[in-house]
Amino acid sequence: MFESLSEKLQKTLRNLRGLGKLSEKNMKDGLRDVRMALLEADVNYKVVKDFIGHVQDKALGREVLESITPGQQLVKVVYDELVRMMGKEAEPLRLSSEPPTVIMLIGLQGSGKTTTAAKLARSLRTRGHQPLLVAADVYRPAAVQQLIVLSEQLGIPAYSDENSNDPVGICRDSVQHARRSNRDVLILDTAGRLHINDELIEELRRIREILHPHEVLLVADAMTGQDAVNVAEQFHSRVGITGVILTKLDGDARGGAALSIKSVTGQPIKFAGIGEKLDAFEVFHPDRVASRILGMGDVLSLVEKAQGTIDEKRAAELQEKLLKAQFTLEDFQQQLQQLKKMGPLDEIMAMIPGMSKFKGLQPQEQDVVRVEAIINSMTKKERQLPTIIDGSRKKRIARGSGTAVADVNRLLKQFQQMQKMMKQVRRMGRLRGLGGGLNFPV
Amino acid sequence: MNEKNRVGIIARLRTRLSKAREGFAKRVRNVLRKGAIDEDVFEELEATLIQADMGVKTTHQLVEKMRERVKSDRLTDAEQLYTVLEEELVALMSQPSTDAHSAVQSASPHVALVIGVNGVGKTTTIAKLAHMHRLDGKKVVVAAADTFRAAAIEQLEIWAQRAGADIVKHKSGADPAAVAYDALAAAIARKCDQVIIDTAGRLHTKTNLMEELKKIKRVLGKLDPSAPHEVLMVLDATTGQNALSQARLFTEALGVTGIILTKLDGTAKGGIVVAIHQEFGIPVKFIGVGESLDDLKPFAPTEFVKALFED
Repeated sequence: MFESLSEKLQKTLRNLRGLGKLSEKNMKDGLRDVRMALLEADVNYKVVKDFIGHVQDKALGREVLESITPGQQLVKVVYDELVRMMGKEAEPLRLSSEPPTVIMLIGLQGSGKTTTAAKLARSLRTRGHQPLLVAADVYRPAAVQQLIVLSEQLGIPAYSDENSNDPVGICRDSVQHARRSNRDVLILDTAGRLHINDELIEELRRIREILHPHEVLLVADAMTGQDAVNVAEQFHSRVGITGVILTKLDGDARGGAALSIKSVTGQPIKFAGIGEKLDAFEVFHPDRVASRILGMGDVLSLVEKAQGTIDEKRAAELQEKLLKAQFTLEDFQQQLQQLKKMGPLDEIMAMIPGMSKFKGLQPQEQDVVRVEAIINSMTKKERQLPTIIDGSRKKRIARGSGTAVADVNRLLKQFQQMQKMMKQVRRMGRLRGLGGGLNFPV
Repeated sequence: MNEKNRVGIIARLRTRLSKAREGFAKRVRNVLRKGAIDEDVFEELEATLIQADMGVKTTHQLVEKMRERVKSDRLTDAEQLYTVLEEELVALMSQPSTDAHSAVQSASPHVALVIGVNGVGKTTTIAKLAHMHRLDGKKVVVAAADTFRAAAIEQLEIWAQRAGADIVKHKSGADPAAVAYDALAAAIARKCDQVIIDTAGRLHTKTNLMEELKKIKRVLGKLDPSAPHEVLMVLDATTGQNALSQARLFTEALGVTGIILTKLDGTAKGGIVVAIHQEFGIPVKFIGVGESLDDLKPFAPTEFVKALFED
């Protein structure tokens, strides 16, 4: 869907290859592409302006030192600066040495606070904590009920008060409740509100003043556009935030809001929501979102997900094969099985750079079973050399797998397309490795 | 809607839209209207349009068009330029939907399928829609086909009660298509005028969840081949360029007939609907400007465009 910035820059700067240095003049077109890419990724207009100025200074300063092509040099400077601005390393939660720790979640309506509260609680429990969810959204119909249902799904207690419509009082009482029941982290799920609603902002300030939370986390939607700066600025200056959780990163939004929010508040982005399931939650990785903003895919996230499920060696093999496109139908079968273990296939495929261009090719769970059956009905030779599969072989395979010849044809075609796609991925990977001067995390 | 009522709504909308409008919009008007047209005017124009989430492509097209108009119409005054631009945008946003996106108006019961990504305000919007139809004296059934999100059914139930609409629901986790089917069957049996179907929020990139929506549409077609008569995509005004992808994929799957732009009572301008209108020909039908039942308004292009530039 998007032409990646690397592809674009490669085109723009092709005729500059070999010049070996950046000047204001030859960088002009390249920087224009960078600017467009950032704006298309929803980075705020003013933030982009500052960023471009900054990159220009940096790139000019280093022009003679490096002898790679101008395009590579520029991409590297842009990428490094993006990562640096978004915080280099993931920052951990601040937990109090004297429990209970109080974590307050705030944000606009629909940013995903309630789901995030549950995900955060789950993540804290896996790290040995005893969280308590606090239902402080007394405004949205059934919001309290929603948190209670999630808490029951997780088996993590929730504190609510049916008789109270005072969020400040509920939060205050919840601390007592946590002490009595030995819970060491409270997660306050507050109601969604506009950053310009004085009355409701005042309510957050009061909760903050009374409870002195150790973290006040702004929950922000990764799909947010230019307004992200206003929202973040207002919540930060009027309530005061200590960090950000970016939600809905499992879609195809480029996530430029991350850079906008970070630059106007200076507060770190700590976590990312990456799916509807309660375990779809991870530490925020600035480097990955930087590649995403630039349209360079998310191979690293994919590899990490693989590592969590498969062992490390097989993950490395998988990555290698994905990138080198050296796989046979046998590997294809194995990979489908491995991918299945990693989670819903559409989520996995979304992480592969360039995959968005191959809409419709993403395998469906139910297809996998059929595909396996078809491959199982092939001879070893057929799996290694699919070109030998002629009409009569197809008939045999279809009979053996209980499918139709059309299914076999579809699989073979899909396999061919998959190989093409992997070549594409490899091309992008090669660009990153070009000249050896680029340190992209692949 | 009588004239007095209409003026009241516009005035109210304006107050809502203008709430806490600060910064660039005001500045732009000043720059735009300060006199002679120079490069600064175009630059400021670009800044305004992009910051309203109109997107790089649409912004550049508009700015180029304005450059041409300045030449062809011999515009000299920035105020004139502003007026021309406003007219241009109003004309674009007033265009009816292209054939591919047209809704069926006369059907009884009329079925509206409401879709969108997570957290855009579908359930609240459905309550407002139900309320609007109720004020028109119609009998309304809402279908609780968001069987996925915890307590979504309870949320819709509370709203339906407030709006005075019937609700058809199953248990949490049930097949959404079955809920939709039952709701339409019930509406036919009870001779209701309007069916509004709530669906679970889903990212447009999740193929399996998009299939689920297609199934809802298919199943409705069994009771009434022309149903759903309207497919409304709810879009959060704070959304950036991703809204284009949402519009594209939801349209491919279901044929979106209109957009409801929510949360316009914040500081976001929702300019991406201009790009969506331009690219796909999908019109905006309603806007959401608050949390109470009567905070859903028919889309008014002139008001919307003015709000893009005014503080």
